[in-house]
Amino acid sequence: MNAMIDRRGLLRGAALAGGTAAFARWMPAWAQRVSPGLASTLPTLAGEDITLRVAHQRMTVDGRHSHAIGINGTVPAPLIRLREGQQARLHVVNDLDEETSVHWHGLILPFQMDGVPGISFPGIPARSTFTYEFPIVQSGTYWYHSHSGLQEQMGHYGPIVIDPADDDPVAYDREHVIVLSDHSPLHPHQIFLKLKKQAGYFNRRRQTLGGLLQGEDQPLKQRLQWGGMRMDPTDIADVTGSTYTYLVNGHGPGDNWTALFQRGERVRLRIINASAMTIFNLRIPGLTMQVVQADGQNVRPVDVDELQITIAETYDVIVTPHDARAYSLIAESVDRSGMARATLAPRPGMAAEVPPLRKRPIATMKDMGMDMSGMDHGDMGAGVGMNMAMRDPANAPQVRMGPGVQTIAPMVTDRTGEPGQGLEDAGHRVLTYRDLVASERNPDVRGPARELQIHLTGNMERYMWSLDGEKLSEVKDPIPFIAGERVRVTLINDTMMSHPIHLHGHFFELVTGHGDHSPRKHTVNVLPGSKVSWDVTAVPGDWAFHCHMLYHMHAGMMQVVRVRPLDGAAA
Amino acid sequence: MKPLLFGLAPLALALPAAAQDHSMHDMPGMKMPAKVAPKPAVKAKAPKPRAPSKPAPRAHAQQAPVPRDPHAGHDMGNMPGGEAPAPQSAAPADAADPHAGHDLSAMPAMAAGIPTGTDLPPGNAPPPAPASDRAANRYWGAGAMAEAEGALRREHGGMIYSKLLFNLLEYQAGAGADGYRWDGEAWIGGDQDRFVVRSEGSGAFRGGVDEAEVQALYGRALDPYWNLRAGVRQDLGPGPRSTWATLGVEGVAPYWLELEGALFLSTRGDLLGRIEGHYDQRITQDLVLQPRAELNLAAQDVPASAIGAGASDIELGLRLRYERSRELAPYLGVSWDRKLGDTAGYARRRGEGSGGMRFVAGIRSWF
Repeated sequence: MNAMIDRRGLLRGAALAGGTAAFARWMPAWAQRVSPGLASTLPTLAGEDITLRVAHQRMTVDGRHSHAIGINGTVPAPLIRLREGQQARLHVVNDLDEETSVHWHGLILPFQMDGVPGISFPGIPARSTFTYEFPIVQSGTYWYHSHSGLQEQMGHYGPIVIDPADDDPVAYDREHVIVLSDHSPLHPHQIFLKLKKQAGYFNRRRQTLGGLLQGEDQPLKQRLQWGGMRMDPTDIADVTGSTYTYLVNGHGPGDNWTALFQRGERVRLRIINASAMTIFNLRIPGLTMQVVQADGQNVRPVDVDELQITIAETYDVIVTPHDARAYSLIAESVDRSGMARATLAPRPGMAAEVPPLRKRPIATMKDMGMDMSGMDHGDMGAGVGMNMAMRDPANAPQVRMGPGVQTIAPMVTDRTGEPGQGLEDAGHRVLTYRDLVASERNPDVRGPARELQIHLTGNMERYMWSLDGEKLSEVKDPIPFIAGERVRVTLINDTMMSHPIHLHGHFFELVTGHGDHSPRKHTVNVLPGSKVSWDVTAVPGDWAFHCHMLYHMHAGMMQVVRVRPLDGAAA
Repeated sequence: MKPLLFGLAPLALALPAAAQDHSMHDMPGMKMPAKVAPKPAVKAKAPKPRAPSKPAPRAHAQQAPVPRDPHAGHDMGNMPGGEAPAPQSAAPADAADPHAGHDLSAMPAMAAGIPTGTDLPPGNAPPPAPASDRAANRYWGAGAMAEAEGALRREHGGMIYSKLLFNLLEYQAGAGADGYRWDGEAWIGGDQDRFVVRSEGSGAFRGGVDEAEVQALYGRALDPYWNLRAGVRQDLGPGPRSTWATLGVEGVAPYWLELEGALFLSTRGDLLGRIEGHYDQRITQDLVLQPRAELNLAAQDVPASAIGAGASDIELGLRLRYERSRELAPYLGVSWDRKLGDTAGYARRRGEGSGGMRFVAGIRSWF
């Protein structure tokens, strides 16, 4: 049945592709401005041997040219299409004059193939080739990107789709890959240095006196309270639309990348957030999105109107457009300073209404982990007492208190049942982590032998970010695990920003009340002032563990998880 | 070779669908579209009963889950076609159409109150001791890995930064001769330790430099907001070219006040103090009003420098800058200063003014 549809789609797509001439050379075939869908575009890279050439190149976004680092001449990098059960040999040719690397985000593989220079291997030196070789033991939507320097921000990222060995339990007639990313004409080192010199550099939506007089944002009393705490409630994103253009498959909002469909089809969108720094709120006005997969793992279908996708996450959704009209795919940055935009349409050249950016969110006392009275908007009666509690070492004895720790949230809450910053009052169905239930029973349903707490710490004034108050440059010992042991890891976000935390080489099960059907993820967004717990079964090796905000990681918000013994599980 | 691959791949994409499914029972609750016809012949196998303790089909080898209660599975009847044997009552319907009648909203496992998986509380096993061996050594060699790890650590929190800031760089027009004024600093270092060079001074366009000083300081982050500054100050310009040891702090106080305080001890034993503060009031995103205040103090008379004991002078400023570009922001404003107490007396005896109001225009810049 599926096969028939696929073949029909193939023919249809071939006809369409012939009719759409605007072919951008720096784009992979699946990301061309009008895409009839993967089933019918020229495929990208598949098979046992795949060659990826990393090099400098130019790219054009909304008509503006800029410099990029791409793979095989494209940004995003080519789609790598694999099949569960196959062996993959990926030859990465480094044509740069600096080291590079490729990390296969979400793939379960031997640690020495994980692609993090300094942890899993020495990196790929300039003008050399490295071959990754590992078996493909899973299926789903994933992605790959550089783990060297800040190359990821420059375009060194691409999608991976792994087809299941058996028939795909998710039925669909057509599929599109949606790679979301953020692009700046500034060199990423410049972006980072600006943040170090003036942390609020890119925030062009601060509270102002003019705003106060017009009754916007916080009232005066609250502004004074927040000023007293030296906290900026408009600090939602470090790098914003003031420099970023938000991309869908390498195309700016003006480029209007278009994904084609036929009325009534079940269209599978494989959404990947490959941004360096941007959390997106994604919706397709007029269409219900049925979430069927998260981080490459199938989940029970759940219908939503909007979802927040943090950096490095993937969501597969099914949409079924019943009208032969255009729909806008809108991905607003979490601070609402810009949007990525694409169109789903039955024919090329169509466009739907693009809704204006919604009002930007303002951080609340809850985001500071100080939601003492259950009140959201900072009616704190405690006054000075609260200030004292903002950074009480007694609330986090394991944290090294230094200049890099601005706050210790005194009252973190589990916010996995909340839709994410700025979506509390969206007025429609928004996905929460608690909505995710694994399709299959979890492979390991043992109770955890122990719990490990890790604090996410930072200082927004100095732009310092760390785990447990220690930057990777300062860390003495990696985080130790015993191979095969089951550990509950609780991430406590002491900062007022979201942190997408990624553990390499593992899937972990979120503790969200779903027992042996807990959602399995490789990256989890820890909302400001909140905690998230997950259970994980340790896999032998050394694994990177970090915040996937590129500049947070660069500032030191990274650790190594060391799982021993290397030969076989002891537990 | 590549074109061939490209050409073949669409066929490969179509293949998975062609291979008929026999593992649908692993994927409960997937809503199939109406147009995807049921496949009874194949699907009838779906609810095949399986022992509850048998691991999931795709489980990794290292995982051997054993439910604490072997009967737990029977209570999970609302898990469609999962690990639990199909409950007797639901069997006929499920056998006919595996996609019918599943309650998608039902919670797994917990329904019976027997916790499993992540619903289980953590134990209190002690954490293992940290291992010191680097796993990748055995594949890539200890030398190469040690070097790579060094680079990794440097690049993740161990970097060196630098900044050059002119908070004031301005033209001043007032009662006397038009003049100029600067107040800036440059630093280089990491998050914790920095080397800082500060300089401030003023002069008249036709009289040369009035007063000027340069400080070379070691800066150390004390806490999230405050930095220690310690080093030497050298006075330049026409007056006595004193050298001072300096010790101070600077940082951000509550309500975003940028404050700085320093003590200066000269080679002759004179002790001075200085407190300085400013605040950036954003009027719009691009317009910033910066009120600024500076107070100088002396522990004793310093006749050579015409400074009297106590509060020696005060300066207040109000500058409105246009910050479309953060790095290069032009401003206009006023600055008022007054010599106080004995210092004012020194000035009067020398026939100098004791201060006044000036209009200023300048550029705040940093790189």
